[in-house]
Amino acid sequence: MAIVSLREALNQAIDEEMTRDERVYMMGEEVANYQGAYKVSQGLLQKWGPKRILDTPIAEAGFAGLGIGSAMLGLRPIVEFMTWNFSLVAYDQIVNNAAKMLSMSGGNFSVPIVFRGPGGAAHGLGATHSQALESIYSHFPGLKVVMPSNCKDAKGLLKSAIRDDNPIVFIESEVMYGDKGEIPDGEYTIPIGVGEVKKEGKDVTIVSWSKVLAHVVLSAVDVLQEELNISIEVIDPRTIRPMDYDLIVSSVKKTNRLVIVEEGWPFAGVGAQISHEVAARAFDHLDAPVERVTQEDVPLPYAHALEARSLPNLDKIRSAVKKVLYLD
Amino acid sequence: MATLIKMPKLSDTMEEGVILKWLRKEGEKIKQGDILVEIQSDKADMELEAYDSGVVRKIFVPEGGKAPIGGLIAIIGAPEEDISAVLSGSPTVSASKAGAQANPTLSPTSQASTTAELLDSKGKASPLARRLARENRIDLTAVSGTGPQGRVIKRDLEGMISGKPAGATPVSRPIIPGTAEDVELSPIRKTIAKRMTESKTTAPHFYVTVEVDMDPAMTFRDQINAVKEIKLSFTDIIIKATSEALMKHPQVNATYLGDKMRQYHYTHIGVAVALEEGLVTPIVRNCEQKRLDQINAELRDLVERARTRKLKPDEYLGATFTISNLGMFGVEEFAAIVNPPEGAILAVGGIIEKPVVRNGEIVIGHTMKVTLSSDHRIIDGVVAARFMQDFKKILENPASLVL
Amino acid sequence: MNSTAPVAPPKQSNSRLLGLPRETLLIWYEDMLLVRRFEEKCAQLYGMGMIMGFCHLYNGQEAVSTGAIRGAINPDDYVITAYRDHGQAISKGVDPKAILAELLGKYTGTTKGKGGSMHIFDRAKNFLGGHAIVGGHIPIAAGVAFAIKYRGEKKVCLCFMGDGATNIGAFHEGLNLAGLWKLPVIYIIENNKYGMGTSVERASAVEDLYKKAYAYNIRSEVVDGMDVLDVYQKVKAAADRAREIYEPTLLEIETYRFRGHSMSDPVSGHYRSKEEVERLKKSDPIIHLAETLKEEGMITDQYLDEAEERVKKIVQECVEFAENSPEPPIDELWKDVTIERSGE
Repeated sequence: MAIVSLREALNQAIDEEMTRDERVYMMGEEVANYQGAYKVSQGLLQKWGPKRILDTPIAEAGFAGLGIGSAMLGLRPIVEFMTWNFSLVAYDQIVNNAAKMLSMSGGNFSVPIVFRGPGGAAHGLGATHSQALESIYSHFPGLKVVMPSNCKDAKGLLKSAIRDDNPIVFIESEVMYGDKGEIPDGEYTIPIGVGEVKKEGKDVTIVSWSKVLAHVVLSAVDVLQEELNISIEVIDPRTIRPMDYDLIVSSVKKTNRLVIVEEGWPFAGVGAQISHEVAARAFDHLDAPVERVTQEDVPLPYAHALEARSLPNLDKIRSAVKKVLYLD
Repeated sequence: MATLIKMPKLSDTMEEGVILKWLRKEGEKIKQGDILVEIQSDKADMELEAYDSGVVRKIFVPEGGKAPIGGLIAIIGAPEEDISAVLSGSPTVSASKAGAQANPTLSPTSQASTTAELLDSKGKASPLARRLARENRIDLTAVSGTGPQGRVIKRDLEGMISGKPAGATPVSRPIIPGTAEDVELSPIRKTIAKRMTESKTTAPHFYVTVEVDMDPAMTFRDQINAVKEIKLSFTDIIIKATSEALMKHPQVNATYLGDKMRQYHYTHIGVAVALEEGLVTPIVRNCEQKRLDQINAELRDLVERARTRKLKPDEYLGATFTISNLGMFGVEEFAAIVNPPEGAILAVGGIIEKPVVRNGEIVIGHTMKVTLSSDHRIIDGVVAARFMQDFKKILENPASLVL
Repeated sequence: MNSTAPVAPPKQSNSRLLGLPRETLLIWYEDMLLVRRFEEKCAQLYGMGMIMGFCHLYNGQEAVSTGAIRGAINPDDYVITAYRDHGQAISKGVDPKAILAELLGKYTGTTKGKGGSMHIFDRAKNFLGGHAIVGGHIPIAAGVAFAIKYRGEKKVCLCFMGDGATNIGAFHEGLNLAGLWKLPVIYIIENNKYGMGTSVERASAVEDLYKKAYAYNIRSEVVDGMDVLDVYQKVKAAADRAREIYEPTLLEIETYRFRGHSMSDPVSGHYRSKEEVERLKKSDPIIHLAETLKEEGMITDQYLDEAEERVKKIVQECVEFAENSPEPPIDELWKDVTIERSGE
């Protein structure tokens, strides 16, 4: 077991897969010369050269589409978006060309591509640079959406993503890149679509993922268990699509209560989808309506106090947990 | 001729019953003696059999609904029989035996309220609570919800769920310091509240306490358990000793009847068993005729069924005397309230290890304090004291119990 | 030919037959004729309600697909196009029976009935699809060329688009990347003068669309799209250059659409006059080639009749095949959405 940062874990995954498969190449803004806007690709240009590590112009639609075309011919591109916010100008490429190619071509062409980069809010980045976009990408059949919450998962899932024959939306977090964690020695992958029980409990299930899980939920759980004298089960789906509903439903059947904590907006959010599935599959096991903690339904403002109030936090999680336990 | 089926009285204290399950639907045939309906009283779940053969022509109270004792719940008649007269409340129809003593007509208001309560209950229970209620045949209308707008939630059903013995680890129910909460009373709790108030306000109580040397009883128990295939408890021994003492003092084994008192020359001894929702007192009947091992086996069975709410009324109704034992909780001594219509109750404390003076020397001994609460209307102090004196003597010489 | 200064060469006058063998020219003629008759049949079937959705026909533009694809490139080169894709698919060798079956939504169609008219694909023929979001496929073509170069292959990718696509962002991002990274792609603007009902001069600040390549340091040329030989010649030169030195080209091929934008749009009306359509129909590329071949003594009227019969027969076979093909089974609905077994 080695302790690495999350950016190092991702770097190792890319490096190992480039070693394993010469069809794998990486491109994006500042990934080569600059060594990565967030240093995920540090050292890769030096190791692999400009043929396989390419700086792109600021042209997301262009290089996302270029990646798709190359994937149609069998290459395995890793396309880095400096942040997922910038993917919106490449939205047509991702949701039309990548997501639908296999189906629209009747199975003629698959698109084995990984789009990756940080998503969600960091600190003080304002409305257009702080968006959690997993709900919109997970809406589209044909895409898989992967969101690791820790170093071990980040490496194992990215390796699986690069090997996957489908287009993958791989969303990281700027504020997680420095997170340290243990990763297994040697070769390993983590399957896409398989969630993990982060912590067992019996009174309420919390489903959360990515940064909100790592930076907000886990510490909130410690506080609330002590404060409310309850036992909380925490589930990290790790993949948003396909969602590991079986894991969530079996947990809810045990705890009878569910709180979903996510950074996206409430309307048509991922949590709404999970909530429906649980209502459909575990209706008779629910002792309370499913509660969701999301970002407030507003564009994220800049000022610290407003930003902090908008995002999921301990107070909101406490309130949701108390509500499903009828403690308020 | 159509037979009116009415809510039977299934316990002394029952005032209304809940329909748990109809075993025949409207239009289905039923033979005399077949089970028609399962009813929950304030004490237990009961089966009601049909007293006449025929066809179930009409069911008035749906599953989950309530009816007062004597309230019309169904009509059994011949397939083609005209029951319009019955439905309109004609007095020419015969009342069913089950409900013979009560008002044969179902008033429109009670029917309306039954329906209203049912609808009400549909809007106010979590899906989980509904499922648990279904699986455990719990009437949700009888459960008060503690969720928002009175929603019945899982915690409201705890302790009512069969197959799950009371005292098993409950789902943790967080308590928030500094707050208060209103917890609705279970049917059993309501009965206890009413009966205990009645007892303490109408029966003048007095209390007599003795301390019993338990070393002989302990030796006695150990000796029996060492050679027999049973695990005799102190409760068994106390029941038998009580029975012996009661047979000598029928004034203590008695009921106040206003202008007379009824003294029993048999001992039906109730033993208080704590459930989540309140006390029940299964009865070991005719203890005076039973050996210790019989009492042991019977009590074991009764307690188990009390905990799963499987007692039949004659198993908890009709005690002549009650024993309440809190010794296992470390209680040294306490006084109980007489359980009417009985005349007295014995409160048993724990066996304490302590220095005692024996033959002029201080030694380590084991003692137990026992308090008799008596209804002074029929029991005087001296009577109580003599009873206790004998009780103590028997318990301190337990070998006599095997005779 | 590695000049980086783009120039717009003067439009060539009608060239003669470039020394091409008769067989080749007859193949091209019959390719164009097949596309024409195929599209006419589509119009008929659309009118009968047998073809659904949007259906964009290629009438008038046949010389472009035939000259560029049937003529100028190799079978293992790649073609990607927009939604007006029947002609390019036929020229690329995609079985016209499968194309018509696709239009009828049949299981034997090119994509099992999943794509429809706008999404003809054929992996075996390196035909990378009809794409229906205007300009969305232009960066994909750059990626196809990127993969060719990445693997060191001597191939080229032809990317067809309409004049309207040159105003969208993806066009500029795709061309910039192709120019920046020197990718073996030939972007072909089929300038049929109208993006649906909006003429080029009403949509583009630069009316000479080939000039848009200047911004990306890409060589560009104007081509007479009504002359299959001119199309062949210029696409061939661009393809050779792409193969040899990995360099992109933008060709503005001037052509004309004889029918409405799609089957549900009028041939003429507010945006163009009937007279204009009639006038330009006189430069019909198929008639133009037939006349040239006759003038050069390569064919007779008898050949033309025979060719017509042959093509008619092929189209009839297409119709019979498509009509007699089964509908896709319902369980196909859930197939080809994601690849279940991944990761080798």
